[in-house]
Amino acid sequence: MKKKSISYAKWGYIFLLPFFITYCVFNLTPLVQTFYYSFLDYKKDTGSVSIFNTGSNIINNGFCGLDNFKTVLGEGGEFFKTLKNTTVIWLIGFIPQIVVSLLLAVWFTDLRLKIKAQGFFKTVIYLPNVIMASAIALLFYSLFTQGGALYTVFDKFTSDDISLLNKVGGARAIVGFINFMMWYGNTTILLMAAIMGIDPSLYESSQIDGATPSETFWKITIPLIKPLLSYVLITSMIGGIQMYDVPQLLAGDSGNPSGSLKTLVMVIQTGKDSNIGTTAAISVLIFIISAVLGLLAFNAMNDKPVNNKKKKKKKTYPAKGGK
Amino acid sequence: MTNLKKMLAGALCLCMAGSMLTACGDSSDSDSSGKKADAGTNDGADENNGGADLSGKDSTKVYNIYCWNDEFKQRFEKYYEPVKDTALWDGVEVNWVINTNEGNVYQTKLDEALSTQVDDDMKIDMFLVEADYALKYCNSDASMSIADVGLTDDDTAQMYQYTKDVMTAADGSVKGVSWQATPGLFLYNATYARDVLGTDDPAEVQEYVKDWDAFKATAQKMKDAGVYMVAGFDDAYRLFSNNVSSPWVDADGKITVDPQIKAWVDMTKEYTDAGFNNKASLWDDNWKAGQKIDGKVFGYFFSTWGIPFTLLPNTLDKSVDDGGAEEVGNGGYGEWRACPGPQAYFWGGTWLCGCATSDNIEITKDIMLKMTCDKDVAKAITEGEQDYTNNKAAIQELIDGGYSNPFLGGQNHLALLTEAADKIDLNNKLSAYDQGCNEKFQAAMKDYFLGNTASYEEALEAFKTEVTTLYGNLTMD
Repeated sequence: MKKKSISYAKWGYIFLLPFFITYCVFNLTPLVQTFYYSFLDYKKDTGSVSIFNTGSNIINNGFCGLDNFKTVLGEGGEFFKTLKNTTVIWLIGFIPQIVVSLLLAVWFTDLRLKIKAQGFFKTVIYLPNVIMASAIALLFYSLFTQGGALYTVFDKFTSDDISLLNKVGGARAIVGFINFMMWYGNTTILLMAAIMGIDPSLYESSQIDGATPSETFWKITIPLIKPLLSYVLITSMIGGIQMYDVPQLLAGDSGNPSGSLKTLVMVIQTGKDSNIGTTAAISVLIFIISAVLGLLAFNAMNDKPVNNKKKKKKKTYPAKGGK
Repeated sequence: MTNLKKMLAGALCLCMAGSMLTACGDSSDSDSSGKKADAGTNDGADENNGGADLSGKDSTKVYNIYCWNDEFKQRFEKYYEPVKDTALWDGVEVNWVINTNEGNVYQTKLDEALSTQVDDDMKIDMFLVEADYALKYCNSDASMSIADVGLTDDDTAQMYQYTKDVMTAADGSVKGVSWQATPGLFLYNATYARDVLGTDDPAEVQEYVKDWDAFKATAQKMKDAGVYMVAGFDDAYRLFSNNVSSPWVDADGKITVDPQIKAWVDMTKEYTDAGFNNKASLWDDNWKAGQKIDGKVFGYFFSTWGIPFTLLPNTLDKSVDDGGAEEVGNGGYGEWRACPGPQAYFWGGTWLCGCATSDNIEITKDIMLKMTCDKDVAKAITEGEQDYTNNKAAIQELIDGGYSNPFLGGQNHLALLTEAADKIDLNNKLSAYDQGCNEKFQAAMKDYFLGNTASYEEALEAFKTEVTTLYGNLTMD
């Protein structure tokens, strides 16, 4: 008790330790292993099993350079095809999601609209996000499968009796819609937080200068929430590239119709027990894409906002038309 | 003081880390009955499937069974438990670990568990295998020969030879036994038969479906009357796939599509375009809906287990769980009939295998003896469940005793099944990869039938991609 100051810093590290240990054991090690496997010609024969000599069904031909990457990226490889599927499905969900979220966020924060029962609406639009994706997927499956309630409705408008789930466009639209429904609430809340961070005097002064609501939206709201918009965009991309549960439950492992619902992660899930090398290669590619997107998000978050705000505050409304 | 604090903090850290580790180490035996599940997802099938916390228990006091649906569990509880050897079972409880067959989930989970058996404290005692992958476990050191379990040739004398052939390993030892034989029949809706064909007599209806030409002509008649001949794409699949000349995968790991399988594709495409089927896939809601008595589907190809396990529960208007009774007047009960159909075939089948590292072999022997070799139990199962048991003597006694099946309107379908069972020959028809090959092939061809893929060749290409992703060690031209 003689010392005047005691350093508590080490306790901080000690309390952080459990996280880092679990992270190393369960995240970092498999990650490094995946990189390692992606350079191996490594397969497993799942058509045989052995209890006493576990190595016998493993076919490991050792280091093979970039062959696995060549296989998945080359002709007949599944990477680009499934990347395209994933992107298309993600876009189908994301475009309406960002539009509706922006609209709702602006309405909810509008000083003059003063929408009543905001708490209620905010809860309701957020609610789908609380339900498990698989539960929603199963619900939609039973609605749209042949004989389902919505199948009967849509059947009236189509020329044949094939379920939307069995048509390329229909199946993608359903998955996109589920993603939209699950995430627009979350995005709305994020965007609202960003919009509420904007100085209200900006809106007031612009209105005094005669700006229309659409002008304030495009020239004040959008530029000022740009960092958060790009954050939403990029996190959604990272989530989208790992899309698996909804399309899998609607379309099965093969992602039919025509493999149009087959996402990147589905290939991994199908091949993980047998094609270890090539599956690891796909995982590594996804990791690289996600890492790049993550860096972009990091930059978008860290840049500008503080500077921008100061600059913009100083300027008068008409002067900042450009950006 | 500081020491005490340090110790407290350390203990807390340990607790946190410990809780994380236990959360991750949860045993991976949860049941995952997906939407399509498989043969067996009866409603409420997922009660107490595994998941029980057995850590710290003595493995000899727990009898672990791996299976993929609750069919065996139901039989086990109803027919084995009353006659079990209570001395052996003293203090021993059963732990069911149920994982769905679809997508190889069951095999993956089982293989994972088997690979750690030697060191594991909790030993698997019995696992069940299906015809689609029986070979894999038969040729493995994971399964125990029934001679080692303690079954004699006399015990298995009444079994159908093919059920023993399937599980006979290269060295001649039999690795598993089954309580059922699974010859298939064509089950048809008697109401539609009377309306369209003018008769519901099985012998006369058989004339209308005796070969594929007659089958097609009848399908046209049914269509004119607004009824689908079969529910969907995969219904007739087993009739072709069980009559192949070579298995899916040959000794070099090369996948070939047998001409019989191609014939199934051609026929189903023709039926789909002509509107003879209702575009259902096996096990989906639409497929099940057709089994109602007004389901607009004339017939289903079912193997023996299909009657009690699938058709019966699906055709009842008021399910047994809701208090409905299995009696005439409840939905389609009593309004189905069976006839041999255009081609002899079998479908499925479940074999019990003793696990090589089991520490409860005496119990395994007791189960196998009573469930698969005992004539009285076999008779009881057939009478109670309409299942076709793997005991020739029991079946013969039932036939001689004037067996009639109220579900089939009093028909004696055992006689038909006996004829079919004698014809089953599985030599050179099975491979260890059939589950995945069948599933992936049906999925790829469904796209072709629906017109999403333009040609058979294109669908075949999709199948090739899928199946070689699933089985990395196989090749296909």
